Amino acid sequence: MSLHFWPTQASLHAEHVDWLIGSFGILVALLAAPVFILSAVYLVRYRHGRKADRSQREAGNVWLETAWAAIPFLLVMGFYVWSTKMFLDQQSPPDDALTIDVIAKQWMWKFQHAGGQREINELHVPVGRPIRLTMTSQDVIHSLYLPALRIKQDVLPGRYTQEWFAATDTGTFPLRCAEFCGTDHSVMGGRLVVQTPADFAGWQAQAGADRSLAQLGHTLFDRLGCAGCHGGNAQGQDAQVRAPPLAGLYGKPVPLADGSIVRAGDQYIHDSIMLPNKQVAAGYEPLMPPFGSVLDEEQVAQLEAYIRSLGAGGDR
Amino acid sequence: MSEATSHVNPRMSQEPIPDTAVERVSYLAEGHSLRSWLLTTDHKRIAILFLISITFFFFCGGIAAALIRLDLLTPAPDLLSNDGYNRAFSLHGIIMVWFFLIPSIPTTFGNFLLPMMIGAKDLAFPRLNLASWYIFALGGLATLATVVLGGVDTGWTFYTPFSSTYSNGAVFMAVTAVFISGFSSILTGINFIVTVHKLRCPGMTWGRLPLFVWAHYATAVIFVLATPVLTIALLLVALERVFGIGIFDPRLGGDPLLFQHLFWFYSHPAVYIMVLPAMGVVSELITNAAHKQIFGYWFVAGSAIAIAVIGFMVWGHHMFVSGQSPYASAIFSFLSILVAVPSAIKVYNWTATLHKGDIVIDGPLLYALGFIGLFTIGGLTGLMLAMLSIDVHVTDTYFVVAHFHFIMVGGSVSAFFGALHFWWPKVTGRLYNDLWARLAALLIFAGFVMTFTPQFLLGYEGMPRRYHVYPEAFQPLNVMSSVGASILALGYLLPFTYLLWSLRYGKPAGPNPWGATGLEWTTPSPPPKHNFETVPIVDKQAYCYPVGGRGEQSEPRTQNAKQDDG
Amino acid sequence: MAEVSRLQPQFPTLERQREADHFGMLIFLATEVLIFGGLFAALFVLRAEHSTEYTKASKEMHYWLGGINTAVLLTSSALVALMVEAVKAGSARLAKYLLFGALALGLTFLAIKFMEYGLEYRDGVVPQLSAAKLRGGPHALFMDLYFAATGLHALHVLGGLTLLASLIWPFGTARRDTSAVFAGNAALYWHLVDVIWVFLYPTLYLAR
Repeated sequence: MSLHFWPTQASLHAEHVDWLIGSFGILVALLAAPVFILSAVYLVRYRHGRKADRSQREAGNVWLETAWAAIPFLLVMGFYVWSTKMFLDQQSPPDDALTIDVIAKQWMWKFQHAGGQREINELHVPVGRPIRLTMTSQDVIHSLYLPALRIKQDVLPGRYTQEWFAATDTGTFPLRCAEFCGTDHSVMGGRLVVQTPADFAGWQAQAGADRSLAQLGHTLFDRLGCAGCHGGNAQGQDAQVRAPPLAGLYGKPVPLADGSIVRAGDQYIHDSIMLPNKQVAAGYEPLMPPFGSVLDEEQVAQLEAYIRSLGAGGDR
Repeated sequence: MSEATSHVNPRMSQEPIPDTAVERVSYLAEGHSLRSWLLTTDHKRIAILFLISITFFFFCGGIAAALIRLDLLTPAPDLLSNDGYNRAFSLHGIIMVWFFLIPSIPTTFGNFLLPMMIGAKDLAFPRLNLASWYIFALGGLATLATVVLGGVDTGWTFYTPFSSTYSNGAVFMAVTAVFISGFSSILTGINFIVTVHKLRCPGMTWGRLPLFVWAHYATAVIFVLATPVLTIALLLVALERVFGIGIFDPRLGGDPLLFQHLFWFYSHPAVYIMVLPAMGVVSELITNAAHKQIFGYWFVAGSAIAIAVIGFMVWGHHMFVSGQSPYASAIFSFLSILVAVPSAIKVYNWTATLHKGDIVIDGPLLYALGFIGLFTIGGLTGLMLAMLSIDVHVTDTYFVVAHFHFIMVGGSVSAFFGALHFWWPKVTGRLYNDLWARLAALLIFAGFVMTFTPQFLLGYEGMPRRYHVYPEAFQPLNVMSSVGASILALGYLLPFTYLLWSLRYGKPAGPNPWGATGLEWTTPSPPPKHNFETVPIVDKQAYCYPVGGRGEQSEPRTQNAKQDDG
Repeated sequence: MAEVSRLQPQFPTLERQREADHFGMLIFLATEVLIFGGLFAALFVLRAEHSTEYTKASKEMHYWLGGINTAVLLTSSALVALMVEAVKAGSARLAKYLLFGALALGLTFLAIKFMEYGLEYRDGVVPQLSAAKLRGGPHALFMDLYFAATGLHALHVLGGLTLLASLIWPFGTARRDTSAVFAGNAALYWHLVDVIWVFLYPTLYLAR
């Protein structure tokens, strides 16, 4: 049990955040210094009973006051630009990122890899590779917090949020829930295991999923009878055309009944399964029943993986 | 008797102590029955009612805080169960925010002093003022009922859908309690605004208002414009809880983030409700201690209004990682930096006010300096939190806990104690022993710094807030924090002993023991029912302390008013 | 606020006291606007996220009943405005008739409103009571928000009616208060109730 004051860094972003807070901390200390130092000096020098020059007291000085309002503000604005740029860059994962589904529920973290490997409260990732976490919650709001990477993102029910990172160090790092979620909030944590690519491949083989996420989704698609409307093999051919075909849908723009157009991303597919009347595709009757009470988020993620596997549309 | 006089505060002007006959007509002597208190419309008596009530709630919230800090001595759950711990911090938050901090300075010192400082006989709507206390008391009782019903485990923020659907605590009761207390805030706010507009005495122009009044005016605007939004947000939570309407439940088409927007639209301005009155107090304390005009009156007064206005536009900085649009976050980040500017102006101007002052270092000044120091640290760490990339790492950790405790507890509670010491002679007519006051101020400052500084480190290291069980590596800092908290508790208990003691044994204070310039000091201590025998007429700026220092008697701000009061 | 003509000790003049009463009422109305503001925010969010369902649900409302009610409430508001002028002019009798007219229209509003609730019950679109015709979450949520908003508004109508009625009894303000402080404030409140409805009506009934 040693006293340490700085958390481990495990990514380039973490290093940048530490540089930001370190240098901004210096600025902040410089801004605070006059208050502490001058107050102390004045308390001593102008203490009652002590002889001091108290003549020509100023009741104010507009230029001075404007200066001490404006100069710190402008200095801080420099850091604002730095910090905001860093934040916005952190919003868009690189294209080659490895996507892992995260489903939070009271009080555990579930992870689904594209290969079909599933784990609870433990996340294995390869070092150096950008990892994109697509996250949603089964119940209340949680927040996936990886202190060693200096990132955190709330995980909401009914909505996908994402965070991404590229770990630079192998090792085991803490993974915590940062948004209060009920009784066992404080023990809703686990480990992030960053491995060398070889070790990660080994883990993948050993965690051995016989079927990929998309294959699981395909089974589910058949079991739920989705083909009845969307067509067998999701081609939309052999069924009466009651519902849009799903092949090549992913990433495509979809015209809606109300005239607007959305891109068929994860969120659109998710909502179309759970609350189908929210966005009805143009040219179709709103016939699909909502699956919100039938499916859990893991299954929805599998169905999405299946639909993704049917091919992506042209312009993403 | 002799104890109290043994330590003479040099700030005190050596005026003759008036005949105690004056005390007989004071507001305190206007009747001694319970009825005369419970049906009073005198703003000063209502202030006392509030003072007693919030002191009670301060102890209730303090007990919850003690449980929390005791439990966090070890990483394991030993004193409380996980549910018990969640209930403890929720109760601590709800009571401290709505039943202590929000009403603390406005309903006590604001109520007592605002009319006196502007030369009025009472607030504009005295019965509304009394109603405000009854509503507050009812809300407080409902909060205590929550405890009897098994407590609530949502935290003071009531985030949906946890509060609306999943929590098994007495959420409905807790929400009702806060809902009720909101109306108390609204009534107080209306009363303050109308009073400042319509009841200023002749000559009391806007430019001559004491800064305490400006601060309370800005606070009242927030009371009136922010509280209703909380009211409706809580109503929606109650509807969702009872009828399951789905407004915050995505499976039924609702949106859990809507609650956060409505909640923070109130609760961020509410932070300024907690700190603006404290700033008003500090402006009074610093000018009096330095015996000098405030440096830059309009900058300090204007910054109070600027804080109130910009404060309404920064709520989204609580939601940087919530899933709101990153571009919205970028704008909220900018505005949050902007709102720090008027706060910075105030702090620098207070420092400049000490320049060439004639400074007496006594209890009230130490509390005021404690405010400035702790508020500066709290404010600047707030600036760090406004930075998006830093916030992503430290939001929802102990860093945030430390930050807002520095402002709301280190800052506002220090100012509350400063006000209590500065106006105690006016409120009670008695002097306390200043040696004890200084000791308590130092204890509070030291205890506070020791409690909350480790929490900044805990937060940066990655300890999330509201964690009952934590990794062992965090234990040393947590132990340090708990030890600090026990010193802090001692510091808070100390004033209650010597102040209560002074009620009986303290020396009579006289009308103006600190040689201060405000109109409230032109009345006897304690003041009579309608404050002023004759309507004062003001012909000077605020804080017109004599240039030659304390040797000369400071002139009252008023001409001797004509005998007819119009 | 009821003691219109008696000078309270904290005010220097009766004139100042009236100004204060008036000003206090205006600030109070600002808080009322913000309370409903939260409900409007909820409705706008629902519309933004479920626009198809929102407009569909809105089209199924009894918009002609809502329309009649808008006319009823606006007329009532006009009568109240005239009433204040009558009080100021000292025509107590006229003021009283105008008040009775306004009260009758206000009660009509409530009667139509509750009839409408009854129709909705029969239609099967009341989420907690008769949900046969509801098309799932967003539709139910729309109806719930409709009941919350119009219910809260109806409570305000009831409050306004009580205020207006108190001008006749027990205060009889219409008879003696020619500066119309209390009558003026009650009228302000009634106008606010009116204005809120004028925004609620298109938001709930006329979304297309």
